[in-house]
Amino acid sequence: MTISIIDSGGANIGSVVHALGRLGVESVLTRDAEEIRAASHVILPGVGVAASAMAALREAKLVEVIRSLTQPVLGICLGLQLLYESSDEGGVECLGILPGRVKRLAGGEGLRLPHMGWNRLSWRQDDPLARGLEGSEWFYFVHSFAAPTDHAVATAAHGQTFAAVVRHGNFAACQFHPEKSAGPGARILRNFLGQPR
Amino acid sequence: MVAVRIIPCLDVRDGRVVKGVRFRNHRDMGDIVALAERYRDAGADELVFYDITASPQKRSVDVEWVERVAAAIDIPFCVAGGIRDVATARAVLHAGADKISVNSPALERPDLVTELADAFGSQCVVVGIDSIRDGDELRVRQYTGDPDNMVDPRRDTASWVDEVQRLGAGEIVLNCMDADGVRTGYDIDQLAAMRKRCRVPLIASGGAGAPEHFLEVFQQADVDGALAATVFHSGQIAIPDLKAWLSDHDVQVRV
Repeated sequence: MTISIIDSGGANIGSVVHALGRLGVESVLTRDAEEIRAASHVILPGVGVAASAMAALREAKLVEVIRSLTQPVLGICLGLQLLYESSDEGGVECLGILPGRVKRLAGGEGLRLPHMGWNRLSWRQDDPLARGLEGSEWFYFVHSFAAPTDHAVATAAHGQTFAAVVRHGNFAACQFHPEKSAGPGARILRNFLGQPR
Repeated sequence: MVAVRIIPCLDVRDGRVVKGVRFRNHRDMGDIVALAERYRDAGADELVFYDITASPQKRSVDVEWVERVAAAIDIPFCVAGGIRDVATARAVLHAGADKISVNSPALERPDLVTELADAFGSQCVVVGIDSIRDGDELRVRQYTGDPDNMVDPRRDTASWVDEVQRLGAGEIVLNCMDADGVRTGYDIDQLAAMRKRCRVPLIASGGAGAPEHFLEVFQQADVDGALAATVFHSGQIAIPDLKAWLSDHDVQVRV
């Protein structure tokens, strides 16, 4: 198993490497197209701003590389949002693997933004990532923008309902941070690594 | 619905966890990683590490222990102390911290908050505010990690709460200094007043001494998280018991 973590220039990418390390799995942080294509599993992490992450991916000529990947790919947080056509965060065109536009959370009375903290999911259909989960687990979220629920296998709510886990063939993604979500997050990562190339 | 957060705060000095009373008389509490793992296992929702010597001595936070913590625990944590530029913040975040918290350096140069938010997104940027009662007023204090060098930056707490949000803060930790370390409860009046001005998450700090204090601060000041040190370090309050008790009182907690 060779795991590539795409370096999109965002913050705290190191924590994904550490989380995989705790599972006994080595990974490399990379922008190298050949290395990413050759990996058995690819993770697209990200804390940061959609426009700057897309600029980093374009500069590294990784947009087409990512779109054409056939092995299991897991987007995390901003990595989920980048899978969509576009984002309101900087008005930027994204990877376009999933249709739709990422929009700012509306917020409202008693709803703080960013949506920061532990929240639960509402699973809408089964998914390999959900194996071994009961459905009532808590996951750690931190974000101000969110994706539509059309391709969501699980949603979460912060005033409005948004995509928490999405699936499109070999591409999956979580809006929460599995690497920071204690035991249930580790289970999600193990399930991802358990998917064959 | 997002759960309220129970946040043990670990004051760090020279790579060890310490705790003082009213910011003085620091006692050694143990190894950072051992304590971090203990709190993770107990169900802490997040950890905050304050390098209490970095800011007054104008030193940067030591990235080595950040890396050790990040390798060990799988819950979010925030690092504070001596982060005064984007490059240092980047090093701390790349070492595996989820958020960085700025306090004295933001008072030195408020634009720092905007620079950090532009570089990493507001969700990574916490502003810590040390607030003290001065007659009828709430005033900000700077360099509180070193009482001999503490400074009055001539700002009132309310206007600083407003300004840091405008500058791009994604969360505010309000440390009520009069209550800190004396375990007589959070400063509910002050926190409730600042809550009204605060559209980003607000974390209460200073004064926790009993489970009732946590219930009060969530119910009466509507904060998003409650930070405490002494009661957790001493073992006086066990986090699993506290969360179960809060849950019994209809506070949404992660259990």
